[in-house]
Amino acid sequence: METTTHPAKTYWKTFAALLLLLALTWSIGYVDLGLFNVIVALAIAITKALLVALFFMHIKGSSRLLRLAATVGVIWLLIMLSLTLGDYLTRGWVPLNH
Amino acid sequence: MADRAADSSANRPQDFVQIAMEIVEPITKPPRSLVAEQFDDLEQQRDAAQLGMWVFLATEVLFFGGLFLGYTVFRSAYARDFAAASHHTEVLIGGINTAVLLFSSTLMALAVRAAELQKQKRLVWFLLGTAFFGLIFMVLKGVEYHKDWTNHLVPVLNFEWHDANPGHVQIFFWLYFAMTGLHAIHVTVGIFVMLVLAMLARFGKFTTGHHTPVEIAGLYWHFVDIVWIFLFPLLYLAGHR
Repeated sequence: METTTHPAKTYWKTFAALLLLLALTWSIGYVDLGLFNVIVALAIAITKALLVALFFMHIKGSSRLLRLAATVGVIWLLIMLSLTLGDYLTRGWVPLNH
Repeated sequence: MADRAADSSANRPQDFVQIAMEIVEPITKPPRSLVAEQFDDLEQQRDAAQLGMWVFLATEVLFFGGLFLGYTVFRSAYARDFAAASHHTEVLIGGINTAVLLFSSTLMALAVRAAELQKQKRLVWFLLGTAFFGLIFMVLKGVEYHKDWTNHLVPVLNFEWHDANPGHVQIFFWLYFAMTGLHAIHVTVGIFVMLVLAMLARFGKFTTGHHTPVEIAGLYWHFVDIVWIFLFPLLYLAGHR
């Protein structure tokens, strides 16, 4: 029988990797890296999201149409973020207090 | 006249039993045909359902995206106040809850596999497990909200802040409650979906070669997990502690 899901082992490995990344992001939260704190935190979060999408949500091995549908949501979000921030961060609308 | 007589005869008690049976029957018995009439075959039906779910999730990305955008704008403006505010969130509960949700997602993935392999008993237990850990998440969330309340961190209702820039800190907690609250609503919906699926699975609905509802409910649940994956570092670990 042809299956579209992965062997159970794959899911447990994914879970283990996700827990490791959680431990990593949690402990890095206690180290002062300046601006890099948020960059590292986001990089780890994106890695975790990719693991969930690829293995749990079966983007790995799914049709191109589904991959496209999964990607456009993120692309639209990035458009919204970049256009809005392009405005806010360059015109001094919000007083900055770093 | 004959029509009216036929109408009134539809109100006999045995007809209500008949109607009730017709409503219950599709739940307790597998449908006569697995393919709805608008589809050519099961595979096309499954593809359509999955695409529909992914399109819905894209709208959900933008739904949450508005809040993430607001967070980004205000954090870039009030970085120091956001870091100070973030230190007052319950990082231990937030961290444990991340692990709880990740585990729940793993059980969901295993449920989809059990459905595909047509293992009915395992499918029911995995679905119940998914719902159970979703419930654990909600209970811990409740404990956390209670702590936030006693620490006077709830905007408008009882907010007190004796350090610098209480207004900016209050914006952080507005976003904190809006983002975790919207997420909690999604978790609650997910728990009910899993319980209904578990009940239907108990009647053998998804172990006859048709398990698309389990699959697309799984996509939803994993999406809710992904949202939390971003909320945890952004709200609980903003700035180093």
